[in-house]
Amino acid sequence: MSDRAGPGTEQERARRMRRLRILGTYVVLAVLGVTMAFPFYWMLTMGLKEPQAAYRHPPQWIPSPVKWSNFAAAWEAAPFGRAYVNSLIAALLVTAGQVFTSSLAAYAFSRLRFKGRDTLFFCYLATMMVPGAVTMIPVFILIAKIPVILNAVFSPASEIFSANFYVLHEFYAGRLVGLDSYFALIAPGLFSAYGTFMLRQYFLTIPRDYEEAAKIDGCSLWGIYWRIILPLSGPALTTLTIFTFMGCWKSFMWPLIATHSEEMKTLPVLLQAFQGRYVGSDLTLLMAASVIVLVPILVIFVIGQKHFMQGIRMGGLKG
Amino acid sequence: MKARSREALAGYGFILPNFAGFMAFTLLPVVASLLLSFYQWDLLSWPPKFVGLGNYADLVRDEHFWQYCWNTVFMMIGIPISMFGSLLLAVVMNQKLPGMTFLKTVYFLPSITSGIAIYVLWAWIYNPEFGLMNWLLAQCGVEGPRWLESTTWSKPALVIMGIWGSMGGIDLVLYLAALQGIDPQLYEAAEMDGAGAWHRFWKITWPMVSPTTFFILIMGIIGGFQGGFDSAYIMTHGGPAGSTTTVSYYIYNNAYEWLHMGYAAAIAWFLFLVILIVTLINWFFSQRLVHYE
Repeated sequence: MSDRAGPGTEQERARRMRRLRILGTYVVLAVLGVTMAFPFYWMLTMGLKEPQAAYRHPPQWIPSPVKWSNFAAAWEAAPFGRAYVNSLIAALLVTAGQVFTSSLAAYAFSRLRFKGRDTLFFCYLATMMVPGAVTMIPVFILIAKIPVILNAVFSPASEIFSANFYVLHEFYAGRLVGLDSYFALIAPGLFSAYGTFMLRQYFLTIPRDYEEAAKIDGCSLWGIYWRIILPLSGPALTTLTIFTFMGCWKSFMWPLIATHSEEMKTLPVLLQAFQGRYVGSDLTLLMAASVIVLVPILVIFVIGQKHFMQGIRMGGLKG
Repeated sequence: MKARSREALAGYGFILPNFAGFMAFTLLPVVASLLLSFYQWDLLSWPPKFVGLGNYADLVRDEHFWQYCWNTVFMMIGIPISMFGSLLLAVVMNQKLPGMTFLKTVYFLPSITSGIAIYVLWAWIYNPEFGLMNWLLAQCGVEGPRWLESTTWSKPALVIMGIWGSMGGIDLVLYLAALQGIDPQLYEAAEMDGAGAWHRFWKITWPMVSPTTFFILIMGIIGGFQGGFDSAYIMTHGGPAGSTTTVSYYIYNNAYEWLHMGYAAAIAWFLFLVILIVTLINWFFSQRLVHYE
């Protein structure tokens, strides 16, 4: 700005420029942050408004009065508690099953020698690029027809495989197999080519020295898998666990077609059904329900954030 | 028993649980859906009617199908935009200023929460009369369009939501990791030679993150061809006038709404072929074009 020459002012100008640049950076980042976060604020406050206030012009930014009862009303209006349980059962079992079966297979693919291993692994790799839509159609047909087949084979008289099950005469527990059963929600997710591939890649990076020592001490192959490979694969297993759980928790199309009774729906599917009923009538309840659905994801993310970011970096470029 | 054959036996044992599921829910279904695509079947009648390549011939002549293909491709314009946004954001955030960890969490929120609840929310954001979007546009003196009710604006609406949802997500994390892998000496040397920020970005950053860019782009395209069902099902039901129906939505309609199992399988296999081609292109180019260290 000034005409004074000298090293001091030169430095000062550079420092001022730097400070200005940092300020500009923060302004841009903050605007972006508000853009990202504001819809969430809006969702939450919508869920707390009076029904009429949702249609106010200009928008009511701070709900008044704050209607906490919307959340209870939404919870009551559809079986969200049950849907929580369904989602949790499905996600936990799928995750546990997938991590377990994938790690077993990955151990065999990475450490054991047997005929046909590489051909088989190539098959796994090749199917990884098959779109889910391709396999979902026959899997749907299979799941839909399983009760018919099993009834014909095992129990022509009782038709037990297509019967509806109730716990204590009132709690609908779905069918044993087939559509609208926990079997349908869980079974197709228990196995994954991607999980096998990812864990195999990680197992290959574990030095073999430990195993050699264990083998000399007479450790069995199962022992090596259970006591050496798995404990050394913490990051990979955590990553697979988080991603599988999240994927299962959010999955929509499969639970949508695999269930039809309201009791068997998972959270996303129930929210969709809820939306169909409430859109246009009471928006505040719908938004409250959306918040209810979002909360567990946010909690998991905040708790597991570190692993999550690490998992992305690990799975990202290698995957 | 010899150690060799015992190891082989153990190998089969370890693979068996996974392999059984792999056969039942992946490998056989792939084959089954290929076979199915040569048949006409409504799931109820028996036996299915063999039509040879009839489904594929119908597909080529199906105007709706091509419209939905166009929709699918159109909605992929969000991929490069969001990717470039992620990169710029990563460059800005890479300055090691305080508060970045917090901001990273905030930016990640849309992508981690993406799903049905978010689509329900955005359906309301796009409400022409009471939505946030048109209120914002009105503040700028613009009368907003009717978004999800308009055949012109329904696709851009979904694209904008997609950019919001993915810009601060996985791509940003990948780019930040890639930037941290660049040797700072490169920048110091360039600065000493008098290269400006713009120049440094295009001559150093851009080539150095090209493997990440390529990865994001390919994964985005592969995902893009298969995507669009969840959001359209919640927000528009594929409308208005089919303007947001994607290929995967069409498969869903054919298979599970109309029970045209064979036709749906044919569309799914068409999708598979497209993805196969993209993957092959990926293999081919990743060997030659991308700068790897």
